Amino acid sequence: MNFEMPNFALAMPEMFVLGMTCFILMVDMFLSERSRVVTYLLAQATLVGAFILSLSLFSPLRELSFSNTFVLDPMASLLKLAVYAVVFTVFLYTRSYLRDRNMYTGEFYVLALFGVLGMMVMISAHSFLTLYLGLELLSLSMYAMVALQRDNRVASEAAMKYFLLGAMASAMLLYGMSMLYGVTGSLDLGEVSQVIAEGEINRLLLVFGLVFMLVGVAFKLGAVPFHMWVPDVYHGAPTAVTQFISTAPKLAAFALLIRLLVDGLGGLQHEWHDILVLLAVLSLSVGNVIAIAQSNIKRMLAYSGISHAGFLLLGVLSGTPEGYAAGMFYAIVYSIMGLAGFGMVLLMSRVGFEADALEDYKGLNQRSPWFALMMMFIMFSMAGVPPFIGFWAKLSVLQAIVSVDLIWLAAVAVIFSVIGAYYYLRVIKLMYFDAPETTTALQPGRELSMVFSANALLILGMGIFPSALMALCLQAFVL
Amino acid sequence: MPRNVSDDWGQGMIALSDYLTVAAILFGLSMAGMFINRKNIIILLMCIELMLLAVNINFIAFSHFLGDVAGQIFVFFILTVAAAEAAIGLAILVVLFRNRGSINVADMDTLKG
Repeated sequence: MNFEMPNFALAMPEMFVLGMTCFILMVDMFLSERSRVVTYLLAQATLVGAFILSLSLFSPLRELSFSNTFVLDPMASLLKLAVYAVVFTVFLYTRSYLRDRNMYTGEFYVLALFGVLGMMVMISAHSFLTLYLGLELLSLSMYAMVALQRDNRVASEAAMKYFLLGAMASAMLLYGMSMLYGVTGSLDLGEVSQVIAEGEINRLLLVFGLVFMLVGVAFKLGAVPFHMWVPDVYHGAPTAVTQFISTAPKLAAFALLIRLLVDGLGGLQHEWHDILVLLAVLSLSVGNVIAIAQSNIKRMLAYSGISHAGFLLLGVLSGTPEGYAAGMFYAIVYSIMGLAGFGMVLLMSRVGFEADALEDYKGLNQRSPWFALMMMFIMFSMAGVPPFIGFWAKLSVLQAIVSVDLIWLAAVAVIFSVIGAYYYLRVIKLMYFDAPETTTALQPGRELSMVFSANALLILGMGIFPSALMALCLQAFVL
Repeated sequence: MPRNVSDDWGQGMIALSDYLTVAAILFGLSMAGMFINRKNIIILLMCIELMLLAVNINFIAFSHFLGDVAGQIFVFFILTVAAAEAAIGLAILVVLFRNRGSINVADMDTLKG
């Protein structure tokens, strides 16, 4: 057995984030309540540093390291950059929320950064082992974040539910991994796909492992029928945490899906295609229909997230590089829209008032016309109305499935997104055509209102010029 | 001359399928425990541990019969993660108990819709 020195340079961003997070954990111990801003700035600096490192490592080549357990390809680089940007924005959004609610502590930032590290490991994983470890690092950080507000009854219940279901899903994923390991004799995704391509293995055994793994992945993605945790956790968690959970981890879940199904089990495409069709149709229908019945905006956005997960799956199940690129485009766009959607709730809330009921949005146009306009952009984009970015995301996914002759599926997706448009438009109707209960204008901090406006305008701007991001996503898969 | 132990095990009485059956039974039991149990959250945490242990048996059995050490290394990682998971699970349980004074599964019903 020979030991080869791994190419550490490829994992520079991971090592940087790990080092900085441990450093922040230590520095935070010595800070007084008033100088907490140092923790915040260090956390933001970590993300900026990692962004620069990942950008400098960006190359069109696919490179392996650490005995083939780590891969750096354009998809990994692009997703990591998106994760840093999303988490950076989450930190910008949530600072005032956390400060008002006694949650402005080092723990929030350290846990979020460990979550980022978990996502990075997952995105760059090239073996079952690294996939699992990244996933658990992310999940464990998120369980703790949901329970961060210790005296919040609802949040502790949400954390418990999330923990129990999440741990069960991880165990299912692991059971599937153990089966595939036994059948193929390797943990390395490259070797697994090679062994499957040789075609000497009983496919039934492979499918047995595949099904268990898909349960785990569908849970992390929040696809029906493994979605039960999504509304409860999004509703119960403090909005700042919800915003984190609902955005960046979706990018990592997409990477998990691609790594397992395309890099590892590409040879079983025929088998996983049918399962994904089922998951996608169920997610689209259940997500969009149940969202109509919600009176809580966080729950409504949770169900909308479930239906977006269905769209994301449509891109992947097409099984073409263009489809994967469309799925990735959708994941990135969804995380931008999710940021804005929960940013809306953060913007409306103040101390002692969470603004999570739909009624709270009544007549917002008369109170703060600018913010009402921005929120209208977000709702239109989520509903998929041109010229907003959400439209292009839906269009590219639909193009991908039409190109593989799944026209019925495209029709189903369009029908359900029309049904879904109802509850997005209802928010706009509440804001513009209903009488407000109070007449005071919103008074968010300057930082929050600037981030929110920038985010909403980005949704419009990217909708007018969608080709740059789309080209980057295509580049990641179509070489 | 030293006896080759691993050869003995390979052709011994216990076949790979026996190990896999035990693991599957354990996994199924813990899954049933998760769904049937309506009383105590601590039992749910125990079920989760049992699930991970069932997976460990799978990995070790495969690793032994394949003659590949990677599976056993994976088990070390799973054990470590399971310990961390138990710590977080129990911590959340303490928070829940402080807020509600109960760890009954049926009481976790505030969030609905």
